[in-house]
Amino acid sequence: MAEIAEGGGGGHDKGKKRAKKSSTRVDMTPMVDLAFLLLTFFVLTSTFSKPKVMSLVYPAKPDESEKVDAPKINNAITFLVTEDKVFYYEGQYYPVSAPGPEGPTKLVETNFGPSGLRKLLADKNKFVLEGKEGLDKKLKSKEIADTTYTRLLIDFKSKRESLKVLIKTDDKATCKNFIDLVDELKIAEVGVIAPVDILASELELLKQNAK
Amino acid sequence: MPKSTPSIDMTPMVDLAFLLVTFFMLSASFRSNEPVEVDVPSSISDRIIPENIVMVTIDKGGRVFFNMSDPEARRELLQNMSGKYKTALSQKQIDEFVYMSTFGCSMQELPTYLSLESEKRKLFNTVGIPSDSTKNQLKDWIFYGNIAALNTGKTAYEEAKMKGESPEVNDFKPKFILKVDGKAAYVHAQNVISTFRDLHLNNLNFVTSMEAAPL
Repeated sequence: MAEIAEGGGGGHDKGKKRAKKSSTRVDMTPMVDLAFLLLTFFVLTSTFSKPKVMSLVYPAKPDESEKVDAPKINNAITFLVTEDKVFYYEGQYYPVSAPGPEGPTKLVETNFGPSGLRKLLADKNKFVLEGKEGLDKKLKSKEIADTTYTRLLIDFKSKRESLKVLIKTDDKATCKNFIDLVDELKIAEVGVIAPVDILASELELLKQNAK
Repeated sequence: MPKSTPSIDMTPMVDLAFLLVTFFMLSASFRSNEPVEVDVPSSISDRIIPENIVMVTIDKGGRVFFNMSDPEARRELLQNMSGKYKTALSQKQIDEFVYMSTFGCSMQELPTYLSLESEKRKLFNTVGIPSDSTKNQLKDWIFYGNIAALNTGKTAYEEAKMKGESPEVNDFKPKFILKVDGKAAYVHAQNVISTFRDLHLNNLNFVTSMEAAPL
């Protein structure tokens, strides 16, 4: 324990060694108790991590005056999300009333786990993922700078061959489902993610499949 | 045998204890008193929430709440809103609003809501900010919030410039944050997002808790 030495006091007690022996001690135990109590409190209550955000750019709403048809997109996958379930189809949508060359669109079911979405996306978006691997190597060997890396990666993601994804949800889908899906897309380095409104015929199709 | 009882010198330990107490006291940021609890989904994103924000919260039941980070911007926002909806507010209520956190009530309920004590606000029976297409008050909150946050952001940018720093303009512009409960139906979020898009604000951020990225 810390001690406070009795100082000064004048030279009256010459030779009286007993008085010098008993030093004034301050009992610090309560203070230390309190210090540790506070310490425990702050350690347990403090939160270090600020919340994180995931950014997502939505397509701009088209003006009322100009009615644009949905553009034909190459290499696109459309995900249809309902409560804890996710379906997808590739390419163009063909309703039953106007079937395409291979008949009307059929939905394929997948899941949010690593064996479902992640595997599927890693496979479909091979072009970007392989490109990224090449860039990673170049970055590691310091052939290219950080900023160039970011720029080239964005270039890669917006190329024709890279995967584009449309997300459609029904009224039972939860926000967790949606964010899980977007998260998987970000893991798979998908550059173009467009949440769009679901068509009535797609909704019907989704309902049949979700049963 | 020593005369006095053996005592350990505790000074270094006490020093350390106080050092740690000081550190934790200064570094701790307390969770602000939110009127609604939201359980956000997780993602691999590691971007930290920005400074100047306009935040819309959606709870489990789909109720909509609004929040803004900058107190000065909040003052300007409330002035515009009470002007538009012709809601008379006392100076005390305005001050209360400026230092309040998230709130969710209609413009008509706002004076009553502001007069309540902060503990009672949690129990305030409300349906959230009306955000349906017929009387979309949320749209006005976001619209005026954006203007107010742009103004304060501009001031902050110029101040930083005066100090001789080389600030990035985009860091001072307001960012739009959506804090959605994982269990909320996505249609509720869709409705809010569509309101943002009506105002040509297409770049949105979802609050998520972090999870480890797969290798």
